[in-house]
Parts: sequence; structure tokens; C-alpha cells
Amino acid sequence: MQGLGISVLFKGINFQRLLLGLWVTLRIALITIGISLVLGLIFGLLMMSRSKIARAVCRVWLEIVRFMPQLVLLYIVYFGFARLFGVNLDGETSAVIVFSFWGTAEMGDLFRGALTSIPKHQRESAAALGLTKAQINRYILLPQTARRLLPQAINLSTRIIKTTALVKMINVTEVLKVGQQIIGQFYREPSAAFWVYATVFLLYFLICWPISLLAGRLEKYWGVS
Amino acid sequence: MDWSFVSAHVSDFIGGAWVTLRFGLYGVLCSLVLGLLCCLARYFRVPVLKSIAHGYIELARNTPLLVQLFFLYAGLPRVGIRLSAEACAVIGLTFLGGAYMAEGFRSGLESVDKSQREAGECLGLTRWQNIRYVLLPQALATAAPALFANVIFLIKETSMFSVLAMMDLMNVADTLRTSGGRTIEVLFMLVVAYLALLLPVSLIATFTERRLRYAGFGNQRSV
Repeated sequence: MQGLGISVLFKGINFQRLLLGLWVTLRIALITIGISLVLGLIFGLLMMSRSKIARAVCRVWLEIVRFMPQLVLLYIVYFGFARLFGVNLDGETSAVIVFSFWGTAEMGDLFRGALTSIPKHQRESAAALGLTKAQINRYILLPQTARRLLPQAINLSTRIIKTTALVKMINVTEVLKVGQQIIGQFYREPSAAFWVYATVFLLYFLICWPISLLAGRLEKYWGVS
Repeated sequence: MDWSFVSAHVSDFIGGAWVTLRFGLYGVLCSLVLGLLCCLARYFRVPVLKSIAHGYIELARNTPLLVQLFFLYAGLPRVGIRLSAEACAVIGLTFLGGAYMAEGFRSGLESVDKSQREAGECLGLTRWQNIRYVLLPQALATAAPALFANVIFLIKETSMFSVLAMMDLMNVADTLRTSGGRTIEVLFMLVVAYLALLLPVSLIATFTERRLRYAGFGNQRSV
């Protein structure tokens, strides 16, 4: 069969293989998002703490992830840690460490931004009404912070999912790598590469787009930007 | 740490930094233009163009640059469209960056009060005069932080150009690492090189944002 590279996708279990490859990156992304959410909240609180040391550490941490490409951080953990500390981490573990390191700082900064964007008078009027500190947190600050934070946190999640494509560069067999294997097997189909890469492109879009739409909807629905 | 190795390969990294910076800047400039056009098409609800812009923004924002580059560099030649690595780099970065810049400009334009645009129209300004003299100066003041964040983001994303076999910082480091085995020295130089590239950008950003913070008619932003 010449000329119809798209048929390569449906030969044997090729499509399932691609989906399995995609699952590898998605799994890394999901674990990362979970870790970043939990640690990010702690990070955000530390950024606002009274301790100068805690604030300085957070500041430096945030600047590191702002300035260093994620690929560089991946290389440092995957190749550098083996040399520095003699620990050999596999690609997936390195990826989770690096992306969590990055996601925690970004999530923390979003959390801090959401919390500080709430006008001071909200807390003050609640206190004037005689609410206890716990009640203020529970009924006044938490709901407003959540509404500001959630759309941004969802957007960060799509960024994390997209960034996990990078694990290909540290030898994890994910969707791009599987795609290359398929292309290699079917080298007689000249247009196979086009269709395989177009499919990978589309798969990522189909995953990230609905999540972005949800974030946009929530943002509009709650009426805060 | 082997300092003689470091000093022997500084020139390699300077070469790599130049590639990263040059193509990063091409990408940034093209993204700014594309982003502004897309944003204006949507802001003025230009028929057809606004839908194309919308579709493009969604597509570019929801796919990884790495996948876009593979498609451009390894996929397209198979259907007869052959692009050089440099062209792929700039097109890929612009495709991604244009969407992010468009969103940045949009947040700026939306912060400008509607009365500003209407007042401009009442005074008989043409659409371009209105954009040039009324809307953009005010929008840029608000959009600047987002736009500069995008500039830094895009320069960082150039680290993926190594898959196009371009000798950017990442690829220089990777080549040295695999050939020499001096992993720590190479990674150290890589980090320093990216810091040296991005710290000035960040400083320029802070300075420019401060200079731009003048206009503010109609928006009740606290200073």
C-alpha cells in the first residue's frame, strides 16, 4: 500500500500503542499536579509567612523555576544527580521531581496572588461582625480565594500536561517516542511521519483544550480575572 | 569541578547562547506582531478573521512546542513541504508565542475602558488612529507584565530547538556532555549561560514596566 500513510495508524495495535505512550506522559502529569497542589498551598503560605528565611528560600526557588528552562532542570536531575550524589533516577521519577519542583513554586505563587488579591476590608468586616479567626478563614477567605485560584490552577495543569512532552528528551518512551518507533517500522510509507505527528499533535489538543475551556468558563462564571 | 574544562569551552557556550538569543528574539518579534494582529481581529470582531484567530489561539495554546516542532521538521517534509531547521524554529516559536502574546494583549485591551474607544470614535479618529493613539498606549501599560513574562517563557522554550539539530545552548551542552563525560561542568555552564541570558531580560522588563505605568484613564486599578 503506497501513499496512504494514515493507514499506518490503524495497522495492528499502532493506535493503542500511541495512546499507551500518551498515558505515560499523562500519568507523570497527574502525579505532578497532585503533588504541586498540596505542596503549592504550603509554598504559598510560606511565601506570606513572617519568617524572612522562609520568604527568601521561596523567592530563590521561584526565581530558579522562572529562569531555568524545564529541560535544563530535567538534565540536572536526570544526568547531574547521578554524578553528584550517585543516585540513578529513572526518567519518570526525574520528571516527577522536576515538574513538581516547578509546579509547586508556580502553584504557590498563584495561591499567594489569589489570597492577597482579596481586599483587606473583607477580613476586617468579618472581624467586626464578631467572626472568629477560623470562621473568617472558612466562610470569608477560603471561598473567595478558591474562586480566584481554581481557574488559574486548571490553566497551570494544562501547562504541566504540555510540558511532560519533554520527558522524551530523557529517554522515557512516551507518545512521541512510540510515534518514532512506528515511523521506523513503516519506513516504506513515506507519509507515515506526517500522519503520526499530526495525530500526536491532535491527541494533545484533545486533552488540553477541554481543560482550558473549563478554566475559561469558571473564570467567566465567577466573574473574577 | 574542572575549571580548565570550563574555560576551554566558554566559547562553545557563547556560540550556543548567540543561537538561542537570536532565534529567541526572531520568535519573540514575530509573535508580538502575530499576537497583536490576532488580538485586534478579535477585539474589533472582524468577520472570518476573528474566528480564524480564535481557532489558532486555542490550537497553539493547547499543544506542546516539542510536538509542533516534530510535526514541522519531521512530518511536513513527508508531504512535500521542506523547511530548514532555522525556519522551523522561528515558525514553531511564532506559532506558539503568537497565541500567548494575543492573550497578553487581550488582557491589556480589555482593561481599557470602553468609553475610551467610543470617545476616540466620536472625535473622528480612524480605527488605526484610535488603536495607535488611544487604545494601545493604555493597553500596553497593563499588558506589559504578561508580555514580558511571555518573552522570558519563549526564550526558555528555545531549549527545544536541539531536536532540530540546531546548535543552541541545550545542544552545545548535550554534545559536550556525551563526548566528554564532564556532566557537572557542562550542566554548571548551562545554568550560568541561561542566567546570563535571562537576567538582563528580566531587568529590562522591570524597568520598562515601571516606565509604562502612566496611563490609567477609566480603570480603577490601585497603584
